Amino acid sequence: MSADWPAWEVFVRARRGVNHVHAGTVHAPDAGLAIENARDLYTRRSEGVSLWVVRSSDVVSSDPDERHSMFDPAADKSYRQPTDYELPPEVAHM
Amino acid sequence: METEEEKFDALIDADDRIEPTDWMPENYRKTLIRQIAQHAHSEIIGMQPEGNWLTRAPSLRRKAILTAKVQDEAGHGLYLYGAAETLGTDRSELLDLLHAGRQKYSSIFNYPTLTWADIGAIGWLVDGAAIMNQVPLCRCSFGPYARAMVRICKEESFHQRQGFQIMLTLANGTDAQREMAQDALNRWWWPTVMMFGPADADSPHSEQNMRWGIKRISNDDLRQKFIDATVPQAELLGLTIPDPDLHWDEERETYDIGEIDWDEFWTVVGGNGPCNDDRMATKVGAYNEGEWVREAASAYAIKQAARAKEVAA
Repeated sequence: MSADWPAWEVFVRARRGVNHVHAGTVHAPDAGLAIENARDLYTRRSEGVSLWVVRSSDVVSSDPDERHSMFDPAADKSYRQPTDYELPPEVAHM
Repeated sequence: METEEEKFDALIDADDRIEPTDWMPENYRKTLIRQIAQHAHSEIIGMQPEGNWLTRAPSLRRKAILTAKVQDEAGHGLYLYGAAETLGTDRSELLDLLHAGRQKYSSIFNYPTLTWADIGAIGWLVDGAAIMNQVPLCRCSFGPYARAMVRICKEESFHQRQGFQIMLTLANGTDAQREMAQDALNRWWWPTVMMFGPADADSPHSEQNMRWGIKRISNDDLRQKFIDATVPQAELLGLTIPDPDLHWDEERETYDIGEIDWDEFWTVVGGNGPCNDDRMATKVGAYNEGEWVREAASAYAIKQAARAKEVAA
């Protein structure tokens, strides 16, 4: 088995004014070819105006086993939401 | 305290998605790797029957269309290898298994493309059947597979429409062109009907895969949907589906078809179809002949990285 090139995560900006969004991965020996492969794979139908590639091994992820302690504390803080505040109907838009 | 398995089952019951970092049963992982790999291999091998006509497409426009379509198939394969890799395998391992004959690809690609009309029939019928199969997979319980399928389905619609248009052009053409279209339909109809796999009664893994949300609609139900959608299209083309038993069933409000030749299906699955050896030889040959390109690109990357370090130092 010949070792494959490293994987790169691909992010595509669909048009000016919006974020780059994760699209998928490519394999490539270096960043330049990763960009070219990403162009060929993810923007064949005008899906993007800009690309980012990041080596998959450089992505740091939160620990899935700690997701409860990480994210559950936000669940009981509804006062952070605008809908938590009931106002008289006369205040139409706030 | 909930066990990992209970948490997994709860996500499945809620029709929620499983993501790569979640715990999952070993069999769920194995089943998905096998299915996604087989799907990826099918896209890659599927480039061959159509690639056969790239240099002989009847016009520059048809050639550009076919080139784009074959390129899409390569892309679909890559999306799917990427989805499989999130399950802890890697592309080179899957390619090794394919090259060693230990993983399969869809049997439909073991049939030859003898005339230009076959390119129309493949787009119309084979891609039409693939869409029937793939649309429910956009709701597959495994997130990366479902997301890859959304991307693929968006592109697949062009494939079917360009194929139908080829058939339409031929069907409205000269007698010779009409005969060519009919001949292509005659040869591709039954293999396409078989693409949905064995009858439900003979499909042993279906139940578990339904439970896991990997499969959403049964083989026979998908096959029926495909037939019901395709028969009126054949009528529109003025072509005859090669099945004397085909008729509208008033009671079931659906088309009944004649008996499927499952011996043929299992012969092709077993490696003895018209093009099995040729497809594998071409695939392995292309991979081996590309070795120097991969080596050169890797050597270049190492050299560039070393040069960048020198400049920095």
